Amino acid sequence: MHGFANPARFLRIARWLMPLCMGTGIVVALAALGWGLFAAPAERLQGETVRIVYLHVPAAWLGMAGWMGIAVASFTELVWRHPLAGIAARACAVPGAVFTAVCLITGSLWGRPAWGTWWVWDGRLTSMLVLLFLYFGWMALSQASEASDGGQSRAPAIFGLVGAVNIPIIHYSVTWWNSLHQPPSITMGKSAMSAAFLWPLLFAMLGFTLIFAGVVLARMRAILANQQAEARLRRKALAEGDL
Amino acid sequence: MREALDPWTFVVASYAIGVGATAAMVTWSLMAMKRAEKRRDEARKR
Repeated sequence: MHGFANPARFLRIARWLMPLCMGTGIVVALAALGWGLFAAPAERLQGETVRIVYLHVPAAWLGMAGWMGIAVASFTELVWRHPLAGIAARACAVPGAVFTAVCLITGSLWGRPAWGTWWVWDGRLTSMLVLLFLYFGWMALSQASEASDGGQSRAPAIFGLVGAVNIPIIHYSVTWWNSLHQPPSITMGKSAMSAAFLWPLLFAMLGFTLIFAGVVLARMRAILANQQAEARLRRKALAEGDL
Repeated sequence: MREALDPWTFVVASYAIGVGATAAMVTWSLMAMKRAEKRRDEARKR
């Protein structure tokens, strides 16, 4: 892993990997959404509203994956001082927050016709809302750290690790507490879903995951380029000051 | 009594919000990357 700690090596890889992830992800996600919207059947009990699953589930998965990305990057930053780890954590925050918000909104739009209500304060919905607030807090802390000490503070990394406690709470909330939300339909190695719903869902998850990876790589490139520009301008200003 | 809600209204709204938010995020991230890399290249030239 330390082999990728070199920003120049990372940039060489990110230059071809980012457009590959982004392009493939957009094609796969659009195909899966078209499949889910026009070709997949309506469900016996939920009817046409089941089509929201092809957006809602990938968004929920990526909202949680985004925070896991922050937690892993934070751990790497704290333990190994990996120079790209803090940048990776910052790059995960915005797409993670966007997908968490999309999950909450599409879930609410699904709940109204399916449950008869836009929102209930049960374990799954509340812990997902807490995740969105954690993202907002992490982004504010990270920006404050960047403004005050150039991103040297360990506070965002510690917050990133502590916030990861919420991920298993989200995952197990539907089994720990009574909930209107259905229990997990897909678990490791088995699925309670029919293949007619499962395949477009798996393709949608793959497509959105590739888009997420592409966005993270693009944001890492942007943060690195801004840091390099700042460093160069600072060196130039110092050199001119010496003359 | 069960309300007669048109499910397609909710499906279309979900797709519009999900696809719109993803497209906006992708566009914003790509533009920020291009802007930052242009700024770095200009700083190198100075």
